[in-house]
Amino acid sequence: MAEITIDGIAKSFGATRALEQIDLTVADGEFVALLGPSGCGKTTLLRIIAGLESATSGRIVIGGRDLTEVPTRRRGLAMVFQNYAVFPHMNVYENVAFGLRMQGADEARIKARVGKATELLHITPYLDRYPAKLSGGQRQRVAVARALAVEPPVLLMDEPLSNLDALLRLEMRAELKAVLREARTTTIYVTHDQTEAMGLADRIAVMHGGRIEQIDRPTAVYERPATTFVGGFVGSPPMNFLPVTIANSRLELPGASLPAPQASGALLMGIRAEDLTPVADGEGLPFDIAVVEPLGAHDLVTGRSGQTLLRVAAPAGSGHKPGTRIGLKPDPKRLVWMDPASGRAIQAQ
Amino acid sequence: MKRTQSRALPYLLLAPSLVFLTAIFLLPLVQTIALSFSESGVASLGNYRRMVSDLNFGLALRNTFLLVLVVVPIQLALALGMSVMIEKIGRGRDLVLWVWTIPLGVSDLAAGLVWLAILQDRGYLNSALYGLGLIEGPTAWLTYETPGTLFLGVVLAEIWRATAIVLVILVAGLQLIPKEYREAAEVFGARPWTIFRRITLPLLKPSIQTALILRTVLAFEVFAVVYAIGGTNFPVLVGEAYTWQNANQNTGVAAAYAMLIVVISLAATAIYLRVLRVPAEQQP
Repeated sequence: MAEITIDGIAKSFGATRALEQIDLTVADGEFVALLGPSGCGKTTLLRIIAGLESATSGRIVIGGRDLTEVPTRRRGLAMVFQNYAVFPHMNVYENVAFGLRMQGADEARIKARVGKATELLHITPYLDRYPAKLSGGQRQRVAVARALAVEPPVLLMDEPLSNLDALLRLEMRAELKAVLREARTTTIYVTHDQTEAMGLADRIAVMHGGRIEQIDRPTAVYERPATTFVGGFVGSPPMNFLPVTIANSRLELPGASLPAPQASGALLMGIRAEDLTPVADGEGLPFDIAVVEPLGAHDLVTGRSGQTLLRVAAPAGSGHKPGTRIGLKPDPKRLVWMDPASGRAIQAQ
Repeated sequence: MKRTQSRALPYLLLAPSLVFLTAIFLLPLVQTIALSFSESGVASLGNYRRMVSDLNFGLALRNTFLLVLVVVPIQLALALGMSVMIEKIGRGRDLVLWVWTIPLGVSDLAAGLVWLAILQDRGYLNSALYGLGLIEGPTAWLTYETPGTLFLGVVLAEIWRATAIVLVILVAGLQLIPKEYREAAEVFGARPWTIFRRITLPLLKPSIQTALILRTVLAFEVFAVVYAIGGTNFPVLVGEAYTWQNANQNTGVAAAYAMLIVVISLAATAIYLRVLRVPAEQQP
């Protein structure tokens, strides 16, 4: 239906640079999540795609059509807003029908499309109700149904689940994934919640300071972060980064010798909490346990190795005690090496 | 002990304002009602009969309604346009709003005198028209022989003087509407006019209701501007009450006029409350 090309989009608000030269291509039918902390520019980028904000430079091309100068209403997009923006003075039917009415669709077509969209989102029993009589989750469904009813080539979603409580969010996430897979709409989804991005997206674009730090499949972003920022932002707990010194292209640890991507010098060794295996003291990295948090699925053990704070996901009920010292063995296949100066990953030779 | 104290507290705090309102509003109202229905201490409808049979009564009633029906819709339309324009302004918004609301700070009599200075025989308007060669000398616009232009003058002055209060209420109301509603409508293909008609206007209804009630009630009480511009050439209801009270020294008929104005204002308010009602379920 529509491929999206974001070509060198930059945005300044006065002297502040909100977006620096963003290049991004979203394939037809693909689901891309823009993930980043607040103020990283992800919502600004989404609003520029929608035409609600104008870019300082660059082009937006959707389905081969340059939309940079095209007003929002003629871009043919659909959007789900953070606070839903479901019209309070229209009932559910009229809300879902709104986009179709604007397109001048006839009553029969409106009825069919509204029926299909509301059925997909399980809100058919509420067609006559006004939004004030709906729960947050139901309003959210109305907002999504309104967007899908126009069968848009591109769907933009701005933190659509962030106003829901945790359990409902989990439920809606799974449902949204199923619904969007069926609709096969090219989707750009803005979120600051990394589990949401991981769970929903085909690819994640991690944004920071107005740039895309990395764009890749969720597992790749998780396992092979391109920068220390990505490693720290994606995943909970964040990735551990341990400063190490390399000699003879290897990192020597007590009882372990790991190959390093450069001959000598200082590097940051990045490793996920679950890729550190607790072993007896004297083996691997020395680790002084400070806090043990039993989280059910595993125990989150926080402590220090030398000066560096590390978090380790130990098997549940492993009985680690604060104030004791153990050893940690990193899984050599799951290491990432970062340049300490630039914070960027070094490609293994 | 503490419990009773805290339960009584709201009423204690409200008491001064209740006493105040009873003393200067409720008592005079009751007194006015009593006055209007009595003649030399005897209950009677005489005051109302005198009011209705007075020569100026029909004229005053007609003029007042005419003014309200012409002025209030124009003011609403103007204020809607102005408030939407103000919303679009980025820099200098406060300055524009400030300038537009200057007439609010001018007393209605002063406003009437300003327009008298413009519209009278040797006023600014005639000087300008004379300068342009459109009239040959001082021309009267505000006499009983020129009811059209007199009415127009009063309408102009009222619009200039009192549109700002509608504007202020609507600007405040517009700010309460989250911009996402308009953005959502825009994304789904609505044109600016459609957004205004189908989104902004319905969501602004509570503010429109407030502004209309306030403005209409005040418009029925129009007096000082009319008096300054037209004197007795353009009788209105409050003006008649004033004449009966002061010139004719007849408090009873003046009270009857006052009651008529109260009833008309209450009726107008009731109509607005009903027509512009937003059902609870449709409130945001």
